Amino acid sequence: MLQQVVNGLTLGSSYALIALGYTMVYGVLRLINFAHGEIYMVGAFIGLMTSQTAGLPFAAAMVVAMAGAALVGVVVEKIAYRPLRKAPRLAVLISAIGMSIFLRNLALALMGPQTRAFPIPFEVKRLNLGRLRINSFDVLILLTSVGLMIALHFLVQKTKIGKAMRAAAEDKETASLMGISVNRVIAFTFAIGSALAAAAGVLIGMNFNAVDPSMGMMPGLKGFTAAVLGGVGSIPGAMLGGILLGMAEVMGIALLKSEWRDAIAFGILALVLLVKPSGILGRNLQEKV
Amino acid sequence: MPVLELRNVSKSFGGIAAVREVSLSIEQGAILGLIGPNGAGKTTLFNLVTGIYTPDSGEILFGGRDLATLRPHEITDSGLARTFQNIRLFGQMTVLENVMIGRHCRTKAGVLGAILGIPGVRKEEAETRKRCLELLDFVGLDVDPDEKASNLSYGQQRQLEIARALATDPELLLLDEPAAGMNPQETNETTELIRRIRDAGKTILLIEHDMKMVMGMADRVAVLDHGVKIAEGTPEEVQRDPAVIRAYLGDEANVVA
Amino acid sequence: MMISPYYYQLLVIASINVIMALSLNLVTGCAGQLSLGHAAFMGIGAYTAGILTSVYGLSFAVALIAGGAMAALFGLLVGLPTLRLKGDYLAIATLGFGEIIRVSILNMKVTGGPFGLRGISKQTNLTIAAIAAVLVYWTMTRLMNSRFGRALTAIREDEVAAVAMGIDVTRHKVLAFVISAAWAGIAGGLFAHWFRYLHPSSFAFSASVEILSMVVLGGMGSLEGPVIGAAVLTYAPELLRGVSDFVSQHRMMFYGALLVVMMLVRPQGLVGTGLNGLRVSKFRRSRGLEQSGIDMVRRRFASAMKRAQRKGSPSPCVVNEQLADLAVRSGAGSSGTGVAGGGGEEHAGS
Repeated sequence: MLQQVVNGLTLGSSYALIALGYTMVYGVLRLINFAHGEIYMVGAFIGLMTSQTAGLPFAAAMVVAMAGAALVGVVVEKIAYRPLRKAPRLAVLISAIGMSIFLRNLALALMGPQTRAFPIPFEVKRLNLGRLRINSFDVLILLTSVGLMIALHFLVQKTKIGKAMRAAAEDKETASLMGISVNRVIAFTFAIGSALAAAAGVLIGMNFNAVDPSMGMMPGLKGFTAAVLGGVGSIPGAMLGGILLGMAEVMGIALLKSEWRDAIAFGILALVLLVKPSGILGRNLQEKV
Repeated sequence: MPVLELRNVSKSFGGIAAVREVSLSIEQGAILGLIGPNGAGKTTLFNLVTGIYTPDSGEILFGGRDLATLRPHEITDSGLARTFQNIRLFGQMTVLENVMIGRHCRTKAGVLGAILGIPGVRKEEAETRKRCLELLDFVGLDVDPDEKASNLSYGQQRQLEIARALATDPELLLLDEPAAGMNPQETNETTELIRRIRDAGKTILLIEHDMKMVMGMADRVAVLDHGVKIAEGTPEEVQRDPAVIRAYLGDEANVVA
Repeated sequence: MMISPYYYQLLVIASINVIMALSLNLVTGCAGQLSLGHAAFMGIGAYTAGILTSVYGLSFAVALIAGGAMAALFGLLVGLPTLRLKGDYLAIATLGFGEIIRVSILNMKVTGGPFGLRGISKQTNLTIAAIAAVLVYWTMTRLMNSRFGRALTAIREDEVAAVAMGIDVTRHKVLAFVISAAWAGIAGGLFAHWFRYLHPSSFAFSASVEILSMVVLGGMGSLEGPVIGAAVLTYAPELLRGVSDFVSQHRMMFYGALLVVMMLVRPQGLVGTGLNGLRVSKFRRSRGLEQSGIDMVRRRFASAMKRAQRKGSPSPCVVNEQLADLAVRSGAGSSGTGVAGGGGEEHAGS
């Protein structure tokens, strides 16, 4: 049982990292960034290449992956979303989904369809505490995720740009009248969200030892589910939603068969949408970040 | 029995009370003017009556029936129609189609009937068309009915919104700043139009900033300030009410001075 | 009249694609609801019809209708919970739904799982496919010019206003979604009895994207647009085959780029007049924004003035004339409770 909790936490914290990107972008743009799953994939590839080809140590590879993905995220926003800022929702949604498909298939064209192994840049240790087994990955994923979430919290609550983000989420027009460059804030939001997704991509790619161009779709959908579960637009909600979804999935697999893994996430999504579309912390929507 | 009755209706957003304990009633065939500074809660009140928001507390009775039991589209069906402060026409549809949408709740044609083109549906469609052209005439909108709604001038769009609302055969018509952004001549035309609508037997609840217009035509006037009804009475009574003068001019006079 | 088997097949596929594009257009183009799982409904219809004729020996016509009905049923199941919510949720729910259907077909016995469904008789021909396509086109013409079609357009244009006009928005969206799914199911039945072999990968997400690309390229919300889009995107890959291997191998990449570029450059599609609207309403919206911006400056200015004045000496000089005069600009009325009126409208709009 305790083992399941550890597994759930590990899985859940990576979902939370992805969910944060959805939620932050939704906060400022009221838009589901369909390309978010692909940013996660791009991050995993950059991490893979820097640690494999350039032979950089893990921490450096992680930083490069996050920076690279942030850049891609900003470019995506600039090309596919910014010109449509005032267009009808449908146009933006279609542009977003087009971007997602484009990126996935661009990666396919450049990297080929095969799944690549992620070389592990450190020695994997296993810790046995009675029946509880924890390995270096679990520790790494948990520590990195929690560290990044704390950093994000600090960024959003304490820094100037974080305050600008919160202001823009509250009311874009007023924010711009107060001298906040909304475009810069939105670009920054995409950068941060993308960097977090890249971190998740590297961690999960390494944990499952697999990186491929279509790896973004399922985690993308699950990150979205986590964001909705926690309450789209709420940062604490995304963290909570991610952890809960990870737990539910691990428990579900323990009770049912592992083929039901993805069905559990979608079942939860359907249930939340039916019962409480605003999510658990949805009431905080006015404090969207 | 009043057509519309609000009993202690309250609504707040994120801890800020937009409408507080407001009670109102409108008699059949009357024009009730609803005035108050911007942000006083007038539009929120409209949104409560039309079911876009649900009140936190209080009751809204329409023809003696509690509106809380109805879904927003059913409220229109029950005889209550509105226009919007920030014009919400169907921009890509033609002028005539916009009005025909108003007939939606008074017509029945289903999907199958439309596909098969059965005589009943054709007849209904022709009648709807005729009725809507008459309504365009009634509101005095002299444009090509096949023109796109978004191509109309501001004043024409406001007229079209009124025609569209009238197409639902409302007993009570809620007009949210029907003369906003209009020149004096257009405002006069709108005043005339509203009178004609009343003379046709409709009851009207009117939000308007143009005081001359409201005071000139309303049977009664209610004043909202910071979500609270601070006065109600005939235009003369309201104009003399110290609370109203304070709310409107106490601070404002200084702005002008 | 002789057509080479190659072009004959191309025309059959084009007819099926026309049905798919027209039916998706009803939901996405007319009602403005993005569906990303349209191919899944086709798959449901294809497998249902294919199994009914090959395993249970039912007649082709019955199987086609049953396939459409089954797809419609699933449309209802997906549409009911999601169409109450905002457009984004339908998009993501249909995306997930499409995946679930694909995985389910892969894991079922009766469908042949990963080996595919074989032994379906060849009963579709160009005549049947073309008649079906014309029938759908004709239905759509009727629907779009009806009370129902008008209501859908109104929903696309402004949901809040549509509700205020007494339209049951959810009901209409669900109905459109179900009709659309039914046609996709019938297209699937035709597909099954033309190729005689079914594999889940034919109905994956990428297939849904292809159909969406047809609608977007041709013109959302118009009648001819989806037909032209389907024709172009059925033929173009064939044309490019051999000319450029790269393009035909990475078709999906171009579809993705196509969707983005169309939205940026020509959202109304190649022939669209119906929704050339996407642009004009863009204008309308930007004007709206501007207004509220001015309004806000005005409010802010007024409150600053008030604060300044309060410090000075108040000299209320009350005349009714002034009341009337002031009312015109009473935009400058209050500052503190802007939430009620202005903010409230935004709540309603979102």
